[in-house]
Amino acid sequence: MSPALAIAGLRKRYGRHEALRGVDLEIGEGELVGLLGPNGAGKSTLTKIACGLVRPSAGTVQVAQPFGYLAELFRFPGWCTADEVLLLHQRLSGSDGGARERGELLELVRLEGDAGTHVEAMSKGMQQRLGLAQAMIGGPKLLLLDEPTSALDPGGRRTVRDLLEELRRRGVAVLLNTHLLSEVEHVCDRVVIIDRGEVVAAGAPADLERGSGVEVELASGLRTIDGATRDDVPRIVADLVAAGEQVYGVRVVRSTLEDVYLGTVADAR
Amino acid sequence: MNGVSIVARHALQEALRRRVLLVVLVLTVVFGGLYAWGCDELFKDLSGFDNDSSGLDARSLAGATIVGLAMFGGLFLGTVLATFLTAGAVRGDAERGLLQPLVVRPLTRTQYLLGRFVAAAVVSAAYVLVVYFGAVLVTGSIGHFWPAHPFASGFRLAGGAVLIAALSLLGSVFLGATANGALMLMAYGMGLLAGLLGAIGDAIPSPTLQHIASTASWVLPFEALYRDALRLLVQDVPGVAGAIVQLGPLGGSHDAGPLLIPWAIVYLIGALAAAAWAFGRRDL
Repeated sequence: MSPALAIAGLRKRYGRHEALRGVDLEIGEGELVGLLGPNGAGKSTLTKIACGLVRPSAGTVQVAQPFGYLAELFRFPGWCTADEVLLLHQRLSGSDGGARERGELLELVRLEGDAGTHVEAMSKGMQQRLGLAQAMIGGPKLLLLDEPTSALDPGGRRTVRDLLEELRRRGVAVLLNTHLLSEVEHVCDRVVIIDRGEVVAAGAPADLERGSGVEVELASGLRTIDGATRDDVPRIVADLVAAGEQVYGVRVVRSTLEDVYLGTVADAR
Repeated sequence: MNGVSIVARHALQEALRRRVLLVVLVLTVVFGGLYAWGCDELFKDLSGFDNDSSGLDARSLAGATIVGLAMFGGLFLGTVLATFLTAGAVRGDAERGLLQPLVVRPLTRTQYLLGRFVAAAVVSAAYVLVVYFGAVLVTGSIGHFWPAHPFASGFRLAGGAVLIAALSLLGSVFLGATANGALMLMAYGMGLLAGLLGAIGDAIPSPTLQHIASTASWVLPFEALYRDALRLLVQDVPGVAGAIVQLGPLGGSHDAGPLLIPWAIVYLIGALAAAAWAFGRRDL
């Protein structure tokens, strides 16, 4: 089974600045991968190279066809209605889904009542959801989403999260470039963290999260034993009881993806 | 429907829906009305030349002059239209985020460029032809002056507008919409100025001015096409009137020779090929 996206040794140089320094990345069919990294890490450059907007300086990129793309900064012509935008992209992608596909996609992004609304009359969030519908024209095998929730309110973000779950169900692979760690934590199968053009961490969110200590509730208050793990709990409790403390509760503290992300990026620097 | 026709149709739809074509149509009707009125007044006033002993053909002088003015006006407005439709086609649309969703589709960048070119070329060439033939018909029916070669003249004028659309498209790969639009209008002005210098150079005569005009004609062949169109308009006007109208109201007529049309075609293909090559190498 060939991967939906296979990137090997990818490099991109803008003059003297090297935006990507040998990135390897593979996304399997139906896999949701979150791409994390600070501003300027090379996330958007990677996504743009994958969809052919930017030429790589070195390396290879193989993308499953058809694919969909939602740019970080995009706009649709204000004079077009939502339906006309989708119709144009149907024509360009050779989709024969017709009005039924357009209607389904608008429903999927909760714009079912706005098929005739002009883009210029839409809020930024509505336009972003229309962008997502546009990216899904033609039944793509891979979606490259660059900050798809940047203009969305919490309700809109929930819609996108539901949408990503639906895409997983349909077997569509997704590369999700975002700053919202909670989104990645909730929906992604795998996380790739890049910094200064290099992959600095990769794995399933649960694998990246690590135990960071044990919190014990005592009569004198909460005490945290840093670095302790679940395996240390019986010994810690026994030691405390032996020392005459009364133990009311014990909790293993795990680092969040945010901790992992911040720690990884800080280490890389 | 292939990529070129989809993009061309979309560009034409945009021009229609944003009321560009409506504004142009209204202004052209106003222009046509004023032209017809001016034409009527002009030919009424020719009665004073009836007994002119110098042999001046006043009717041909007036007719060629006013059609020449309409040709200038038509090409100028066609230039504005071609520039407006293409000035922001690549860099301008990329900066606004309009281009990226389109070119990631199964659409080559060359197809996108050709689609934009076809739309601009069709609209601007058709506009120039409508204004030109409108002026010819009005002048002919009111003043009974008919150009010597109306179709060849109109074809060259429309060709000028098509060349400007291609140049503007090439400029749009490198410059934003405003800078490219300004550049195109300045190039058009420079071409016109060179043509006027050429007319002065022919009259004095000055080999230096003639050389400047000739060089500009080959570098900016839309100007050469315009002057060749003027030549075809007035070449049959005899005597003193012929000498006067050949100097022209806005750039004198000039015979660029048999290589002009082949050169204009090569230039057009070259401009489009350069635009496609540069766009293909551009990061968006």
